[in-house]
Amino acid sequence: MTVHRPKSRALFDSAILVQAAKESVLKLDPRLLARNPVMFTTAVVAVLSTLLSVRDAVEGTAFSGVMVQVSAWLWITVLFANFAEAVAEGRGKAQAASLRRSKTEAKAHKIDSIEATKATAIPASQLKAGDLVACAADDVIPGDGDVVAGIAMVDESAITGESAPVIRESGGDRSAVTGGTRVVSDRIVVRITANPGETFLDRMIALVEGAKRQKTPNEIALNILLVGMTLIFLIVVATLPAFASWSGAVIPVVFLTALFVTLIPTTIGGLLSAIGIAGMDRLVKFNVIAKSGRSVEAAGDIDVLLLDKTGTITWGARQASEFLPAPGVGERELAQAAFLASLADETPEGKSIVALAANHFGFKAPKGADIGIIPFTAQTRMSGVDLEGSQIRKGAWDAIQAYVAERAGSTLGGAPRELVSLVEKVAKSGGTPLVVARDGRHLGVVHLKDIVKPGIRERFATLRAMGIRTVMITGDNPLTAAAIAAEAGVDDFLAEATPEKKLELIRQYQSGGRLVAMCGDGSNDAPALAQADVGVAMNTGTQAAREAGNMVDLESDPTKLIEIVMIGKQMLISRGALTTFSIANDVAKYFAIIPALFLTAYPQLQALNIMHLASPQSAILSAIIFNALIIVALIPLALKGVAYRPVGAEALLRRNLLVYGLGGLAMPFAGIKLVDLAVNFLGLV
Amino acid sequence: MDAYGLLLLILFIALVVGLTPLVGGYMARLFEGQPLLLSRLLGPVERGLYRLAGVDPGREQHWSAYAGAFLIFHLAGVLLLYGLQRLQGFLPLNPADMAAVPSDLAFNTAVSFVTNTNWQNYGGESSMSYLVQMVGFTVQNFLSSAAGIAAAAAVIRGFARRESGTVGNFYVDLVRITLYLLLPICFVGALLLVWLGVPQNFDAYTEATTLEGVRQIIAQGPVASQMMIKHLGTNGGGFFNANAAHPFENPSALVNLIHMVCIFLLGAGLTNTFGRMVKDQRQGWALLAAMGLLFIAGAFISIWAEAQGNPALTQLGLQNMGNMEGKEARFGIVASALFAAITTATSCGAVIAMHDSFTPLGGLIPLINMSLGEVVIGGVGSGLYGMIVFVLIALFIAGLMVGRTPEYLGKKIEAREMKLAVIAILATPIAVLGAGAVAMILPIAQASIAAPGPHGLSEVLYAFLSAGNNNGSAFGGLSGNTPFFNTAMALSMLIGRFAFVIPVLAIAGAMAAKKSAPPSAGTFPTHGMLFIGILVGVVLVVGGLTYFPVLALGPIVEHLALSSGTLF
Repeated sequence: MTVHRPKSRALFDSAILVQAAKESVLKLDPRLLARNPVMFTTAVVAVLSTLLSVRDAVEGTAFSGVMVQVSAWLWITVLFANFAEAVAEGRGKAQAASLRRSKTEAKAHKIDSIEATKATAIPASQLKAGDLVACAADDVIPGDGDVVAGIAMVDESAITGESAPVIRESGGDRSAVTGGTRVVSDRIVVRITANPGETFLDRMIALVEGAKRQKTPNEIALNILLVGMTLIFLIVVATLPAFASWSGAVIPVVFLTALFVTLIPTTIGGLLSAIGIAGMDRLVKFNVIAKSGRSVEAAGDIDVLLLDKTGTITWGARQASEFLPAPGVGERELAQAAFLASLADETPEGKSIVALAANHFGFKAPKGADIGIIPFTAQTRMSGVDLEGSQIRKGAWDAIQAYVAERAGSTLGGAPRELVSLVEKVAKSGGTPLVVARDGRHLGVVHLKDIVKPGIRERFATLRAMGIRTVMITGDNPLTAAAIAAEAGVDDFLAEATPEKKLELIRQYQSGGRLVAMCGDGSNDAPALAQADVGVAMNTGTQAAREAGNMVDLESDPTKLIEIVMIGKQMLISRGALTTFSIANDVAKYFAIIPALFLTAYPQLQALNIMHLASPQSAILSAIIFNALIIVALIPLALKGVAYRPVGAEALLRRNLLVYGLGGLAMPFAGIKLVDLAVNFLGLV
Repeated sequence: MDAYGLLLLILFIALVVGLTPLVGGYMARLFEGQPLLLSRLLGPVERGLYRLAGVDPGREQHWSAYAGAFLIFHLAGVLLLYGLQRLQGFLPLNPADMAAVPSDLAFNTAVSFVTNTNWQNYGGESSMSYLVQMVGFTVQNFLSSAAGIAAAAAVIRGFARRESGTVGNFYVDLVRITLYLLLPICFVGALLLVWLGVPQNFDAYTEATTLEGVRQIIAQGPVASQMMIKHLGTNGGGFFNANAAHPFENPSALVNLIHMVCIFLLGAGLTNTFGRMVKDQRQGWALLAAMGLLFIAGAFISIWAEAQGNPALTQLGLQNMGNMEGKEARFGIVASALFAAITTATSCGAVIAMHDSFTPLGGLIPLINMSLGEVVIGGVGSGLYGMIVFVLIALFIAGLMVGRTPEYLGKKIEAREMKLAVIAILATPIAVLGAGAVAMILPIAQASIAAPGPHGLSEVLYAFLSAGNNNGSAFGGLSGNTPFFNTAMALSMLIGRFAFVIPVLAIAGAMAAKKSAPPSAGTFPTHGMLFIGILVGVVLVVGGLTYFPVLALGPIVEHLALSSGTLF
């Protein structure tokens, strides 16, 4: 069990940065800016302040130099926010470009019916849902679809990065193929299921490019809060001249605009969309395609995770775990017999017996010995070897019992009571007892069991710390299921699961107000995938499952849900942290600007100038410069996301509040002071 | 703070905290429609009122119907009260032959009492008949409080219910709250006050000749009955112009303590009601703790600042006994400063001292208490639902940082709730800063401002903070009874009440309709110290960011100037 690591890429690529710099100017288009209310407001203020400073510069009013600089920094603030978004998009585009390469040149061999042999070649981009195409060896599959005839090996490395080809066949749970993948051998007929522009590849490209990105629910809610704060500050700043006039203070409009822009949440406003785009980008790097940003965000809210046992929690095949000798038999003797009986056994169970015995006792396969292999048959339900005149057999309890009885020429029931209890013990623990006999004598039992993947217990513990309940789904009987559930450390299990029972379980959790995630691959998973709040379909699964889920894992790794949940949480945390930071920053800005605004009317307010900024002009300029620079400084954080640690909510919050709340409170005091020193050193005022 | 001050503060807090679960539990049963001790006695009255009004007590309302009823009820109240004042000359119970109240003043006063603000631009004993005082003001004292508590009940139900389309019935809430909560407490309380020396009569004013031989007219009337509801319902409208500084309203230290506890009683109790109804009393205690922290900090600063007195006097070589200017000698500095903190923390507005004469810092605390949006206990009902709006905002910002869609009591805070919460918190800045700014620049308004410079600004700011937050206490110094201030402040009160309560009721409706997710290790617990800290922080930051610039121009600069010897 490995923790997934995304494909790595440097955080900043110079080509992306250059492109982003150009984009940030293009994004000044008011129609694009209007998508981001805070930045749109900033831009409006920048226009206003530019006009005023031009007027003042022409008239030669006092401070006009500062006013021109303030206006310039207002524009820079907007540009920096655009730049953040453009960098995030640029990184997505780089990813999309490599995907798109596999898309462009494909030609489709369209056929009229499954039996038809005559194909017409058309460009892949003209295929519609329902079309049939034939794909022979070395053909690129032209679009997403279902295999309706034939069986083939398909190389999906272009999409998944996994180099070993996989089998795709009609019917069953391995019928879905993805556009852009390549047939390695044989010929299949594919019914196309996606119209042009709607394939997985198209969706993936659209998501990482961010162009058609829809805002997620929390992003919308946060935007509303940011607009609300902007309005409050608008009221505060707009009424200030009236209050100041009572004391005879006149505040230059440009200073007011500076106050307004530094107060409104430009930091989070400028980085909000970058956070969203970067989150999707991270997901794609984990080889997961989400059909919408909404589902990624929902993943962060998941309370219950349903996981299939086989292949997710256990390796799937049963493995030998211990040798339980019958009374009067040594463990070594039993192990040796089991080892010999399994030498020719190619099943995973047989191989695991050989491996276990060889590991414990260092047995080696006898060379040149006279070995007669007795294969497993449906009649005897045993297998084994005849070795130098001695018969070794292994099989199910009743089969061996019958064999021993026959050899001994006696009636049934001759087995020692201790052996019977060993068999029962293994069965009760959820394992499968495999009985070994030599020459009509019971040697003991090999305990075969589902082996829980190493490390999975820790991952479930992590999930529990995140507040997520894990539920194992299995077709096993409740006894077996309970044993494995206990071993794997899941919180609950559903035994003897059927598609209906799964669906019922999901509904039951949802009616209790919980959000449920599950992953599945088969057609019978489709209803449950559709019902779940987050349904992750395996790419190897059926087209029905892939359509029903709201995410597709290209690597078909069910444990990846954990990473998806983490990415969802990280997106939310990044937004919350930067919002907190942005609001906390305002305190220092007040202390910088308020004394500066009213210094002439009330010199006493100099006491509030606790940063000891050199002059009112430099104070205002420093605040606005700091406000712009902090956006750029936080771009890496927005792109990488705030670190998420699976600890309890309270501990997580305490830590983030300390860093982004208190940090946001204290940091700008130092930052503005430093900028003020620089401004005065450079003689900008 | 001396030992007496500390003792008074501790006694006060102990009484409030001790009474909170009692009152809270009673109100929870009241809101849930359970039979109460007085049901047997008052049940027929309750049912009779429903029949009379044609209300089906079993039929609950959607939040919009609830809000509609709330609005119509207030509108009717304004019209009735306006009519009473204008026609008092023709109506009975007018022994002092008061003439009709001028229209702008009548409008201001009607809005003021109906919105539970109780700002008084009139002198009670010189302009209002007994009929207006009793049928108008005292009735509105009950009804405006009951309406506020009813709105809080709807909000509590919003959080307590799951997937419900209704939030209660406004008329049923109004009747039950008045009948089973306000009337019984006031009845018993008024008798207690009469026993302690507060007058209750319908006599004409007494003419007396003082020892100096000066003729004096002693105003009196049904005072005790109005005193209880004035404080219990955080109304604050005094019977006399001097409000609770008047010896007939507030004859002794014991009565003063009763008044103070009554002001906090229902507001504090509602937090417990909230906790009980959402099935986790800790949630209520957490809200009360956040309110308590803000209150105690304010009270300490206020008492300390008043005890310090005026440094200018010390510089003149005078003995500094603390700042006694504008204070009733019977109460002294500590009680006056504490009462000021209490009356502004809640939206009561009763006063026992002139806040205008406080030191800048001492006067800053009442201003800050109001600028925080009257959520430190707050007005009856409005304090709780105001605080819940802050809870939603605090949890939205902080909640994102735990990596989940923010939620409160298992209910997700989504775009709709955020929109409504934002509308609500925008209401008061508009009502306060918008109207205040107009007053600062209009010449007709400027004429009413007594003091120049920052102190004059404080007077206006205080008036609009008081109006916009439906507090009703006055700073003094401002001649508010002018057509401009009467109208502007009435508008400010209306915005502060309705632009806040309507979105809040909508939030209640949205929350009631939601499912509630059970808490897990991933949800942030809203009953611990961290939550209390965050809530206090958000209340301070939102209030601070909104009002800091104006406060800097008013009391802050005044304080800084005072330290350097300049007075305004």
